[in-house]
Amino acid sequence: MTERRIAVTSPRTGAARRRPGGGSKAREIDEQTRLGEVYMDALIRSQLKLSLSVCVVLVTFVGGLPLVFALADPVRESEVFGVPLPWLLLAVVVYPVFGALGWWYRRQAERTERDFVDMVERR
Amino acid sequence: MNLAAVAAVTLATLLAGFYGLRLSRTTSDFYVASRGVSPLANASAIGGEYVSAASFLGIAGLVLAGGVDLLWLPVGWTGGYLVLLVLVSAPLRRSGAYTLPDFAEARLESMAVRRMASLLVVLIGWLYLLPQLQAAGRVLAMVTGSPPWAGGVLVAAVVIIGVLGGGMRSITLVQAFQYWLKLTALGVPLVFLLMAWKRDGSPGIADTGWLLPDTGDDSLYSTYSLILATFLGTMGLPHVLVRFYTNPDGAAARRTTAMVLGLLGLFYLLPSAYGALGKIYASDLATGTSPNTDAVVLELPGRIIGGTLGDVLAALLTAGAFAAFLSTSSGLTVSVAGVIGQDLFRGGVRSFRAATVLAVGVPLGLALAVPSSLPVATMVGLAFALSASTFCPLLVLGIWWRGLTAAGALAGLVTGGLLAGGAVVWTVVTEQTSGWVAQPGAWTVPLTFLVMVVVSRHTSRPPNTARTMVRLHTPEGVELDRGDWRPRRI
Repeated sequence: MTERRIAVTSPRTGAARRRPGGGSKAREIDEQTRLGEVYMDALIRSQLKLSLSVCVVLVTFVGGLPLVFALADPVRESEVFGVPLPWLLLAVVVYPVFGALGWWYRRQAERTERDFVDMVERR
Repeated sequence: MNLAAVAAVTLATLLAGFYGLRLSRTTSDFYVASRGVSPLANASAIGGEYVSAASFLGIAGLVLAGGVDLLWLPVGWTGGYLVLLVLVSAPLRRSGAYTLPDFAEARLESMAVRRMASLLVVLIGWLYLLPQLQAAGRVLAMVTGSPPWAGGVLVAAVVIIGVLGGGMRSITLVQAFQYWLKLTALGVPLVFLLMAWKRDGSPGIADTGWLLPDTGDDSLYSTYSLILATFLGTMGLPHVLVRFYTNPDGAAARRTTAMVLGLLGLFYLLPSAYGALGKIYASDLATGTSPNTDAVVLELPGRIIGGTLGDVLAALLTAGAFAAFLSTSSGLTVSVAGVIGQDLFRGGVRSFRAATVLAVGVPLGLALAVPSSLPVATMVGLAFALSASTFCPLLVLGIWWRGLTAAGALAGLVTGGLLAGGAVVWTVVTEQTSGWVAQPGAWTVPLTFLVMVVVSRHTSRPPNTARTMVRLHTPEGVELDRGDWRPRRI
């Protein structure tokens, strides 16, 4: 069998395909000018801020639990509907919380990307 | 009846594999299903591949043995996807890489880092495959009285035939089917078990040491180390990452991952209930001279319900367990074989086939040669620790920090690989499952990050870093120059 290269990314990788006259901001990014780097920095920074904010919530919420259990006996030993609170939290409550955080993140990340697309495609 | 259940699952897997053979024709099909898989199918497939024997049988067993503190294991295995979603999913898909070594090469423009990443993928894959095959042997011996080697050999054979039959396309179909099979196989018996428990007068659990979190310093360290390893280790598992390339674009990768979070959350509600029922009805499995906690899920129907219904439910659970063995093992095999095929052999479909046999053969040989009594979830936990100590820093710094250099990445991978790898070997040899060596995540992960950052600060960046960042972070719809890097011939 002959070996061949197979393109797996979107074909729109080259600046050559750009519509004539359109996207001067895209050109700044392509040519890696100072301004182009500012655009990229802004995108990466806002996405990173969003990701880190989810991580902070995760560290506080999840990372805090073992410490709370260790330090606060009333929390550790309390019961809800006859189920010990640590069980309720770790076996049930965390999962919808994860799901909600993920859903919120996805919406925000897509919004950031839409803003970036609008910014680049505006003349 | 148990034998029939195993046979049915095996047959269904093989049939799906052959169905896939007709669909997959080109190399690209073979590896990543031509990227034409819908988000729900993809999410189900990720879920199906991810929910291994460690989840299906292992969690309930560890919870039975260790109580509430072990609930952190499924929490971490799900939470890891949240971390993966926010830090890795879209940029990783946009990198255009097929495998982790591809990503390392694309981002760092270094063959040395690529080779180190390949080595680690193979090691992590084998470390994850080994307990699957060992547990398959134990389970098949338990339910059918077969010799202990038979289960592992059966799983290995089916995986090889399935993967050789159709590559990734068939695997995607099989995996998606297996998620729902596993959910049903664990969920339906639980309903019957809970009804029986209710009829029994809802007996409670008096053992407060088991019910309430342990508060000793050692236990707090272990819990935090476990949290770190599971939350950060998920993103570096080879069979998880290979799934991201089957999404059409970065946004779809994100959508798929968010869906996986939901599917896993749904599944992981179940095993802890088995653990609690096990504490009431089968606590003898955790004590005695040879504890066999992995058996608790399969034992419960017989003990609580019994009769024909108990047998039917046990058969359903056995089918689910075998689905778990087959799906995780296939997924791991495809990704390990992909890396061996590309980096050790010459690439192409024929190399992939030879690599497949090697990818399963080595862990099978180990499983037959070294019978280990470590619970399956403990062994899998070690694979997470190794992944968190190597690929997590590589991915997170590689995606979000322009400053990462090839030398920095290499130094970090070697440091994390040696430290966490050494801890793994020590744990497997001594079978000590607590303490700072058996739970290495808390010190190996920060250390690897530190080494990568410090070494990167003193070395120079790859020349095309800025272009690569454009590729990783900009949505595909915008027409930009993203460089001309392509995954190597496969």
